[in-house]
Amino acid sequence: MSPKLRLYILVFLIMGLGIGLILYKHFALGFPLSPDDKKSVWTIEAKIDFIARGDPVIVSFALPPQTPNVVFMEEDFASPGYGFSELTSPAGRRAQWSKRTASGPQTTYYRLSMYETDQFIQPPIAADLPAEPEKPEFDGVLKTAAITLLDQVRSKSANTEIFTRELIRTLNSNTPDQNQRLLLNDQSSEDYKTHLIINLLASEGISAHIVRGLYLNEGRKRLSLANFVEVYIGGRWLLFNQNTGESGKPKNFLVWQRGDQSLLDVIGGKNSKTSFSIIKSTQSTRNLAVRDSISKQAGLIDFSIYSLPIEQQNAFKMILLLPIGALIVVIMRLLIGIRTSGTFMPILIALALIQTTLLTGIIIFLTVVGTGLLIRSYLSRLNLLFVARISAVIIVVIAIMASISIISNKLGIDQAMTVTFFPMIILSWTIERMSVLWEEDGPREVFIQGGGSLLTAVIAYLFMTNRTIEYLTFNFPELMLVNLALILILGQYTGYRLSELYRFHALERRDVTGKR
Amino acid sequence: MLWKDAMLLASARKLRSFGIIGMNQRNFGLISRYNPRHLYPLVDDKLKTKLLAQKAGITVPKLLGTVEYQHDVKLLKEILHPHAQFVIKPVKGSGGKGILVINQHDHNHYFKPSGDAIQLVDIERHVSNILSGLHSLGGKPDNVMIESLIQLDPIFSDYSYEGIPDLRIIVLCGYPIMAMLRLTTHASDGKANLHQGAVGVGIDMGTGHALHAVQHGKPVLHHPDTRKTFSELVIPHWDKLLQLAAACYEMTGLGYLGADIVLDRDQGPMIIELNARPGLSIQVANAAGLAPRVAIIEALKAIDPDPQSRAAFSKQQFATNTGAHPPPLLYTRSDDPKP
Repeated sequence: MSPKLRLYILVFLIMGLGIGLILYKHFALGFPLSPDDKKSVWTIEAKIDFIARGDPVIVSFALPPQTPNVVFMEEDFASPGYGFSELTSPAGRRAQWSKRTASGPQTTYYRLSMYETDQFIQPPIAADLPAEPEKPEFDGVLKTAAITLLDQVRSKSANTEIFTRELIRTLNSNTPDQNQRLLLNDQSSEDYKTHLIINLLASEGISAHIVRGLYLNEGRKRLSLANFVEVYIGGRWLLFNQNTGESGKPKNFLVWQRGDQSLLDVIGGKNSKTSFSIIKSTQSTRNLAVRDSISKQAGLIDFSIYSLPIEQQNAFKMILLLPIGALIVVIMRLLIGIRTSGTFMPILIALALIQTTLLTGIIIFLTVVGTGLLIRSYLSRLNLLFVARISAVIIVVIAIMASISIISNKLGIDQAMTVTFFPMIILSWTIERMSVLWEEDGPREVFIQGGGSLLTAVIAYLFMTNRTIEYLTFNFPELMLVNLALILILGQYTGYRLSELYRFHALERRDVTGKR
Repeated sequence: MLWKDAMLLASARKLRSFGIIGMNQRNFGLISRYNPRHLYPLVDDKLKTKLLAQKAGITVPKLLGTVEYQHDVKLLKEILHPHAQFVIKPVKGSGGKGILVINQHDHNHYFKPSGDAIQLVDIERHVSNILSGLHSLGGKPDNVMIESLIQLDPIFSDYSYEGIPDLRIIVLCGYPIMAMLRLTTHASDGKANLHQGAVGVGIDMGTGHALHAVQHGKPVLHHPDTRKTFSELVIPHWDKLLQLAAACYEMTGLGYLGADIVLDRDQGPMIIELNARPGLSIQVANAAGLAPRVAIIEALKAIDPDPQSRAAFSKQQFATNTGAHPPPLLYTRSDDPKP
């Protein structure tokens, strides 16, 4: 295997691994690719009121089922004086509050914070076939009305889904005919209508059950659950809005309870009622995803920077930006051909610029290096040994930095105080190198290399302070692999640097005229 | 064509068609391919190079003394005193850095070729700087060597200003492939360094005639200080010089090297330095790319073990075929009349 092929395979593997991990985090764990991605978090409070009769009290309340496309962040069952347990049965989860004796008005609360994920999940294939529905018995007149209605709907529909939709639409039509009015009766409560639909479907041999759920709307109080009909079609349960006939789960709708079991049972109390209120809050999707992944103990997150203490996390925020700076240096040097003094000095300057902000940082840098060069030119006359001289320059740099801080403080320019973020040793080396360069190659070379370093640093700074890049590097450290692969590829680049196109441009012209 | 002239960038496609090699390609395709790392010290350490060259019977400037330790700096005066002229060099310096040339001295003043006078303490400081690694690669502690000064060959006296011109020959696998004469100018402070404004003159591999000349990357017709036209410039002992360069391959084992040769008035051609990372300006001076010549050498089935026949091969292979046409130097400027 040739080294080149080996390198490309390595690059391919690293790149694939990096991108794969990013995609996994984005799609499976829900990490957004943009820092501004926000999600609505709904806090739903169910308030249960009843009047206790002085006997032992048991309150049993249906809880919403956990489904893949909603994430429950927090559940809270606050009810002072009550014992609490959560029961899980095939019919669903139920909360149970109990108390030895209670009398008078009682209230228990159930609070849930949840958000919907963006994942599109097809309703799962029902585990087992529902039992053949029992044919309901309609009384005399109703029976005829039902048969007529069903015939009428059946003639207009091709399959179960259309049949169900047609049936619901006909029942809800604005101009009901006699049959519909008869069936719907006067007492057309929501529950009655639901059961009517289920019964009518059952007499066609279609399995259906009631679903109660909550529309998630901001700032609503005293809501009650809305009824839906879920119909078994082609191996899946499909949700129908019983007032419009629309199928599928609407957006911002939380399924609370499936099946015929009661929502609330109170033993030892009367006049029980449930009311729901909803509060919406907006949270960054990234925070939600981190929180969710940690609670789920997803391996990738459990063994990641997120498991570190916040302080270390902040340190890593900075460290993870370095590869971006390194990439910029590679591009600037290999593709553009900019000469810098010291290979990675620009990254360190860029890091300092992040702390000081751009303009202040550049001014400080130029001041320190400029003053340093002046003093260094005096030191060179003192006939010092090299190591002593560079050490002297370090002290001079510190003195310059201290004076900048003090003077700017007196003048009330706070920004200049950030001078301490510049790495002193690097500044000293820069001064020493520049001054030698000045003596040997003249001021032109000093400006070329100094300018090149500063330009590279500024570009690296612009990239490293970009919100999206900062966000991506910290939340997707896998990007480092992609970055590594890019640098490996760039290491293979043998074409011209941009600066060489300028360096050799005279050649091109000469050749053209020479040929003619 | 107007927009083309205004544009300062060449098209990459065109440069490639001329066979111009860029830095990346040089580092990747020539240096790392032909120069094993462990051989670098042979050329990075000028004392080692000197010993190697002497062993191979190649003339080198005479070594007048070395300084290894800081406390020996005191002895400098005694070393320097007997010699009227000398050159102080860092043993591991690169790119001509840290070279101090002294033309003459009275008991306390030392004169640089430019006429500037410096004192012994200045020289001592310079030596200390070298010892502490100021000019060496990677800043490692270094040694100082003091060499005899090369005497300007009268043939170049019209073409150099305050310094000694040197000839850079690129040698690939023992075959000289391109040559350039570097002429000192006032702008270059007497140093044969193109970056500082020395003139680079491309040399015809077949005859030793000057082909083109550039200063600061732009074509020139005359030496900027002496006003002498380059078209009359011919390098003497051309065959000898090519053979000398070719022999550096056996000497060092480096497949891609730049041999820096000077012509001494009294001792003839001598090697002053070998370079494992020769630069690319030579292409500008020759107005030709290295790539086609590299390709010719790489296509050879075997490397001839005899430097003389290698030099002969190169001479014949890379000669610029001027033929009946006037030398292209006449048409180097945009304001020159077009033929």
